[in-house]
Amino acid sequence: MNMAQVITILISTIFIENIILSQFLGICSFLGVSKKRSSAIGMSISVLVVIILATLVTWLLYNYVLVVFDLVYLKTIIFILVIASLVQIIEIIIKKFAPSLYKSLGIYLPLITTNCAILGIALKTVNYGYGFGTMLLYAIGSGIGYFVVMYIFSVIREELEQRNLPKAMKGIPIALVVASILAILFSRYVGIAPKVEDEEEALRETYVIENDIVEDENIIYYDHNYEDLNI
Amino acid sequence: MKDNFLKGFFKENPLFTMLLGCCPALAVTTTVENAIGMTLAFTFVVVLSNLFISLININEKIKELIQPVRIAVYIVIIATLVTVVEMLMEAYFPSLYSSLGVFISLITVNCIVLGRAEAYASKNKPLNSIVDGLSMGLGYGMAIIMIAFLREVLGAGSITIWGSAKLSLIPVFNFLRIEPISFFVSSPGAFLVLGLILGVIQAINNKKVLKNKNKRQSKKEVK
Repeated sequence: MNMAQVITILISTIFIENIILSQFLGICSFLGVSKKRSSAIGMSISVLVVIILATLVTWLLYNYVLVVFDLVYLKTIIFILVIASLVQIIEIIIKKFAPSLYKSLGIYLPLITTNCAILGIALKTVNYGYGFGTMLLYAIGSGIGYFVVMYIFSVIREELEQRNLPKAMKGIPIALVVASILAILFSRYVGIAPKVEDEEEALRETYVIENDIVEDENIIYYDHNYEDLNI
Repeated sequence: MKDNFLKGFFKENPLFTMLLGCCPALAVTTTVENAIGMTLAFTFVVVLSNLFISLININEKIKELIQPVRIAVYIVIIATLVTVVEMLMEAYFPSLYSSLGVFISLITVNCIVLGRAEAYASKNKPLNSIVDGLSMGLGYGMAIIMIAFLREVLGAGSITIWGSAKLSLIPVFNFLRIEPISFFVSSPGAFLVLGLILGVIQAINNKKVLKNKNKRQSKKEVK
């Protein structure tokens, strides 16, 4: 994997295919924990850490246990149990070694188990059949994308709280409209980098076309149109 | 029983009043067909999980035994049901399965299912729990079908009910000399539609509160 591919995957997961604004994963926490800047940062850091670890563990488990023993259909059950226990383990470790960090992040960790961003990314990497490197970059990019959007959104919402709005739009409705505008801005990044799947498809298509050309070389000799054009 | 069934539609609608299950409500509402498929899958899971969880909690001994790990037990039951739905959909409705994608599996972490299990099914009888599940499932379904209807009509100018049962509204659009706005089918449109619907609901609620206040005041004046 060269540098260009790494940057392509990171940019497309952070901006174009943003985990919240384009894939609609983790909307509950996006709307619920974004009222204050500090809580948004705390939640995003926990999600960033857990998303990378959980995707790594579930990917390894899927490819080296479930596929080997032909138990692929159990993936939803296994993944949610693994994520729940992983979150518990992280909580215990942080409590033991970094009590001050636990005080600031502790309340967000239990919430993460039922955050669909974690399970969603874990299932997506497996469903698309990503390799190890792509999987890791995809998870890191998704986590950073979550962080970026949560931070921007929480700053905007803090401002909105002080504005004089129509009573009907106060709170969640105006927040969703702001999210819509943010999503428009983020979707404008299309064209900076091709999508991960699109690139793979494009590679496959060029391969097919090359093959066709090789086969077509024999046919050109019998093509009458070729002679017609000369006349 | 009737109140128990009707509460999920308006009074305690999981999406509109409690903002639970936003992710699928935004992601799978590009066509009415997807929303109907999601409703069926979701109702199946929530009804059966409510049934099994209330059956587990009938026995006092078992209830005490699983008390410390009850959330884990509930999640395993829900995940199993979701796997069943996934396999059934993959076998009988492959196109729907591929268009709903990862969101079928994500019913597992949908707050509504776990919330109902913890708040209602663990304290009530099996029959009541089934009715509660039906009410929540269909109420949520009504909400996402409404969003999907708005998005598909405005964005694509058609209503896809199931498979080839598709109603095209393009002639109407042509008659009015307007074009469908593809913005509504894209992801920013989803946020906008949900935001505006919630705004309308908040406006109606505000009016109701105001009316009640006026009534109380006028009653006081009469006294």
